[in-house]
Amino acid sequence: MIRIENLHKSYTTGVNKLHVIKGIDLRIEAGELVSIMGSSGSGKSTLLNIVGILDNYDQGSYHLDNMLITEMSEKKAALLRNKYIGFVFQSFNLISFKNAMENVALPLYYQNVSRKKRNIAAMEFLDRMGLKDWANHLPNELSGGQKQRIAIARSMITKPKIILADEPTGALDTATSYDVMKLFKEINDLGITVIIVTHEKDISEMTNKIIRLKDGLIESVNGTKILVEDHVNEMSNV
Amino acid sequence: MFDQDKWQEILSTIKKNKLRSFLTGFSVAWGIFMLIILLGSGKGLQNGVETEFKQDAINSIWIYPGQTSIPYKGYSLGRQIKMTNNDYDEVNKNVKDLEYISARFNASWSGSISYKNEYGSFDIISCNPGCQQIENASIKEGRFINQPDIEKFRKVAIIGLKVVDALFKDSVNPIGKYLKVNGIPFEVVGVFSDPNERDMNRIYVPVSTAQKVFNGGNTIHNLSFTTTGTPEESKKLVEYLRNDFAKRHNFDPTDMQALYINNTLERYEQFQNMFKGIRIFVWIIGIGTIIAGIVGVSNIMMIVVKERTKEIGIRKAIGASPGSIISLILLESVLITSFAGYVGLVLGVGLLQLLSKAMENVPFIKDPQADFSVAIYATLLLIISGAIAGFVPANRAARIKPIIALRDE
Repeated sequence: MIRIENLHKSYTTGVNKLHVIKGIDLRIEAGELVSIMGSSGSGKSTLLNIVGILDNYDQGSYHLDNMLITEMSEKKAALLRNKYIGFVFQSFNLISFKNAMENVALPLYYQNVSRKKRNIAAMEFLDRMGLKDWANHLPNELSGGQKQRIAIARSMITKPKIILADEPTGALDTATSYDVMKLFKEINDLGITVIIVTHEKDISEMTNKIIRLKDGLIESVNGTKILVEDHVNEMSNV
Repeated sequence: MFDQDKWQEILSTIKKNKLRSFLTGFSVAWGIFMLIILLGSGKGLQNGVETEFKQDAINSIWIYPGQTSIPYKGYSLGRQIKMTNNDYDEVNKNVKDLEYISARFNASWSGSISYKNEYGSFDIISCNPGCQQIENASIKEGRFINQPDIEKFRKVAIIGLKVVDALFKDSVNPIGKYLKVNGIPFEVVGVFSDPNERDMNRIYVPVSTAQKVFNGGNTIHNLSFTTTGTPEESKKLVEYLRNDFAKRHNFDPTDMQALYINNTLERYEQFQNMFKGIRIFVWIIGIGTIIAGIVGVSNIMMIVVKERTKEIGIRKAIGASPGSIISLILLESVLITSFAGYVGLVLGVGLLQLLSKAMENVPFIKDPQADFSVAIYATLLLIISGAIAGFVPANRAARIKPIIALRDE
């Protein structure tokens, strides 16, 4: 599903060039439940953004579903995001003036699904999340857990192949975090690839594959150390 | 363009961001409202003054005799200049663009007029047939003074509508009836109305009859005529008349007190120039108002886009193309500004209508009405500038990476 080879990415801030990703090779198959761990500054969010076609990369290659993702128009990138990828963010990123149902339905608006149909679909997903009764509430009337479940429902509504979650439990308490993780597992059971970026050990332990990043490189996969020189060989065996 | 779903999305955004939408709309509505009021007031003032002028012919020249203030050819100063029928004939003969001419003889009578047992005091004006056009009087019944009246010294009178109301009760037709003017009977041959209310209290009689009846000899007290010439030509004509009268009456042509010449065309031209000034003034303020509106809309649009950066990021992350983002923001702004412009237009025109009714009797203000096409253009200008002002930041926001937009807190 995801094939990344020798990926490099750097940011330029003023005169300083910050090399964030220094040659990552990564393969994630369809239906995997993966977590990416690392301390802040390790490049995990950047990697996720590149995988989510929210950001571009400088060197290497990235194939999504056997399609080379490279410099492309914003319009095409938007289309691919809409079709393949669902996003879940730490800060939920719900649109504050739209109610729960409208927020969930919004991705379908960009697929030109009629208002009626997308609202029906949104209600269905809200029901699955157990939030049917909250459909007409605005985000600020909901708890963090509820907001995150709405965000998950929104990421699911387009039936994407991959769900990318950037610190999805970062703003939640432990019990709610576990609920959300349970939800991700259920989603994964449907055959959807789920990639979660987190720095919480207990969260990552609920996934099937833990990728540790350190200083822009993969440090270990499921605890197996990967040396820089045999990076490529090791990765292909994983 | 007409995508029902898109409009629904836009309308729901407007509905849920009432304050923002109101502020965007307000600067447009206010700009248009002020512009309409401004243009309307300027127009009202102009209409008012033009109406005042229409009470008399605007292209007339009036000549009154005065007293000399400069000794000339052995004559001492302080001499009263006397105009006669000869002056009438000379002017009538020599002025080439002359249209209508009339002399006046002011009888030193009380102006007491009666019909049967009804009495009244009215202005008696003795003049020539040309007086009708110079005074801008229109005949309602019968006729005005004609040349045979002058030649045959007929005792006829043309009376104003107010005189008719005062003297002829029970809607008696006044034509053919005899009025007594200071005891002397005059036959009513015509009834006139005049744009100037006050002038309808007049009765007109032939100048020759008045001279004869009241022992005036050939004296006239003023001479007035209209010309078809341009303001430039009429200025030259005044110059010529001054010299011509000076020669005939032996006074210094530079003696401004010996003869008074009043050129209404010149005065009209002065008013026209004043209106040009007022119009320029109104336009400057109007353009200023519009610029203030443009700045207001632009400002708000920029803030709106800034405020929506995160929303834009979210929309992009879930699959919105830059084009759809830009059109969402622009259509929203166009919708709000068009509606607000329309509201401003309606309110402005409505207020002008109310003012127009309330100020019906205020002199120098009449029919304050704004040029509608100007208002429409101004609204379009505001809509377009609002769209442009929104487009620049919207375009930038739509093109930045969603990840950066999402980071915006």
